[in-house]
Amino acid sequence: MLNQSNLIYRYDGSFDGLLCCVFESYDKKEIPMDILLTDTPQTMLFHTKEIMTDSLKSNRVLSSIPRKMGIDALDFVRHAFLTCLTQKELYILLFLRMGYRYGPSVMNMLTDNVVNILFKAVKHLEKESHLLKGFLRFSIFNNILVAEIEPKNYVLPMMTQHFCERYPEERFLIYDKTHSMALVYQPYQPTVIPIDDLELPEPNEEEQSYQELWRLFYDTIEVQGRHNPECRMSQMPKRYWKYMTEFGCPQKKPLLKLENSSANRTGEYY
Amino acid sequence: MDVFDKLKILTDAAKYDVACTSSGVNKKAAAGGIGSAAASGICHSFSADGRCISLLKVLMTNVCAYDCKYCINRRSNDTPRASFTPRELAELTINFYRRNYIEGLFLSSGVMKSPDYTCEQMIEVLRILREEYRFSGYIHAKAIPGTDSTLIAHLGMLADRMSVNIELPSQGSLQMLAPDKSKHSIFAPMGYIQNRIQENSTDIIKYRHAPKFVPAGQSTQMIIGATPDTDFQILNLTEGLYKKYKLKRVFFSAYMPVTENSLLPTIDTKPPLLREHRLYQADWLLRFYGFKASELLDQHHQSFNPYIDPKCNWALNHMEFFPMNVNRAPYSDLLRVPGIGVNSAKRIVIARRTATLNFDGLKKLGVVLKRAQYFITCGGKAMDSLKITQDAVLRSLMSEKILSIYHRDFPLGPKSKQLSLFEQPLMIQPNLTQEGIGKCLTSQI
Repeated sequence: MLNQSNLIYRYDGSFDGLLCCVFESYDKKEIPMDILLTDTPQTMLFHTKEIMTDSLKSNRVLSSIPRKMGIDALDFVRHAFLTCLTQKELYILLFLRMGYRYGPSVMNMLTDNVVNILFKAVKHLEKESHLLKGFLRFSIFNNILVAEIEPKNYVLPMMTQHFCERYPEERFLIYDKTHSMALVYQPYQPTVIPIDDLELPEPNEEEQSYQELWRLFYDTIEVQGRHNPECRMSQMPKRYWKYMTEFGCPQKKPLLKLENSSANRTGEYY
Repeated sequence: MDVFDKLKILTDAAKYDVACTSSGVNKKAAAGGIGSAAASGICHSFSADGRCISLLKVLMTNVCAYDCKYCINRRSNDTPRASFTPRELAELTINFYRRNYIEGLFLSSGVMKSPDYTCEQMIEVLRILREEYRFSGYIHAKAIPGTDSTLIAHLGMLADRMSVNIELPSQGSLQMLAPDKSKHSIFAPMGYIQNRIQENSTDIIKYRHAPKFVPAGQSTQMIIGATPDTDFQILNLTEGLYKKYKLKRVFFSAYMPVTENSLLPTIDTKPPLLREHRLYQADWLLRFYGFKASELLDQHHQSFNPYIDPKCNWALNHMEFFPMNVNRAPYSDLLRVPGIGVNSAKRIVIARRTATLNFDGLKKLGVVLKRAQYFITCGGKAMDSLKITQDAVLRSLMSEKILSIYHRDFPLGPKSKQLSLFEQPLMIQPNLTQEGIGKCLTSQI
């Protein structure tokens, strides 16, 4: 009999830590009602249990996943762990429990609530990282490419390979403001490091002139007779605009210009 | 003239070319080089007209020896002219590319001096990019009709995709509006590129490292609404191009009046955007949904229904296929249901292996029940809340915008007896059959 009482697991936030929660759940024959980070404020209402990360336990769980439910399920769970889904930890645990029970066919159970919620979250992650591969903008300082992003999901691991294959000989840095992490690359050595804040110098003249050229191109390529701001908004939601060169960022002066010009059109999309 | 002026003039002159896709090829930068390409393509921005910006789309030059009536770059047009030098353009491309503004270059050109000279200039840009910068990003190059085939062969070894614009969908229209171009001058390079791609694919089988010729295939574009050609003619031509020339894409461009000419629609004509949209919908049906052009239009129905999309229109005229049991119907049949797309059809096929699907499940899989409800059953049962009233059916099958246009064109009032989709007003019956839905919509359509 499974004990699905008012029990909350707390873990260290690592993928291994989450796998140890799965281990615990099987070991104690219980299903927690939630899995929270260790440093979230304690709630007195429910009984909580600290789950220590133990690589022996996590490795046992990790190696069993491809064996019991296939390699696709492992990839899926790894991706699910990067999403911004609330209670993703609990859903991943429930998904893995289903996987142990039903085997690889768990990946086909798309109409099941747990599987469906996780699938949608992973789709969201994939969509966001795909869009950011295009919408991300580098500025060049001392021959280093620097970009800032503010994604909802933790997309950096999803973009590493793409940008490494694209700019193998460059040095670049992508700063994820939401998660305070950065992808740092110098030829053939990508690393992801925690980073608190990023202060950038004024762009030099060459950088500014390429940014101006890009804005000129962006404004000119529109066919005015087909002006369709709603369509643009649905393809490129406004939250991405913040760091895009064509909307004045990262330069400050043109930003004011943009505000003026968009004020004229506000009526159309607000 | 500085590079700002050139970029402005040569972008302005290139923007009526529709294609901006960077899809069809997967590769990564060579050691010591820069640039990659993703098969799915990557959009880097969207302009205020809602179109994807993936490539730096410019002309080499807008100087042109030809005088095509519909074109802003025609010889007789009084417009500022500019030309990039090959090195200037290559540098601009690389600098945009490093900043992740673009996926690569879309290079077209007016005809300066001769087609051959123009092509040589374009080859030089591509050579600098590929050889000096070791650039592996995406390049789309336009073949200028009338260019010598050895030059096209050279260009094709450097580009990922090539295109020859058909521009006008019939020989008659070409003669009238583009007197310097002929059907032959357009189809000859298209056929040549197709042959080279095919030869090259056997080379690659023989020698793994054989250099690739136009690996992302070729595309074309035609202008919609400048000439009297019908949707039927255009769609048939499109299907023929996919079959005969193995084109990857056919693009449509609603005619945007840029000039006053007695042979053309007047300058205040609105671009036929809805018609263009319908053609794209039909194009998708040909490429991904297994439809044939002859199923969508025929001699007696030469134009698309403006109110209802081509797939829905087909379904309403073929109610004998429906209702379809989603738990049994094969994938190819599921694709024919309005409200079920390629993704949701695939998911249905996967999900029904482990569970019997109900309407709630279909919703989770992304099926648009609002449209699909009239055409499907789950294990023999129709949706509980299915309402077959004129208003409900119209609301479900048309977008709000189209519905308002429809109501404007066919106003309904208690007293007035105007045209309506319904030949005869139908009584609202809860047990109305599927055929009933067909009847109530097809009579007009």
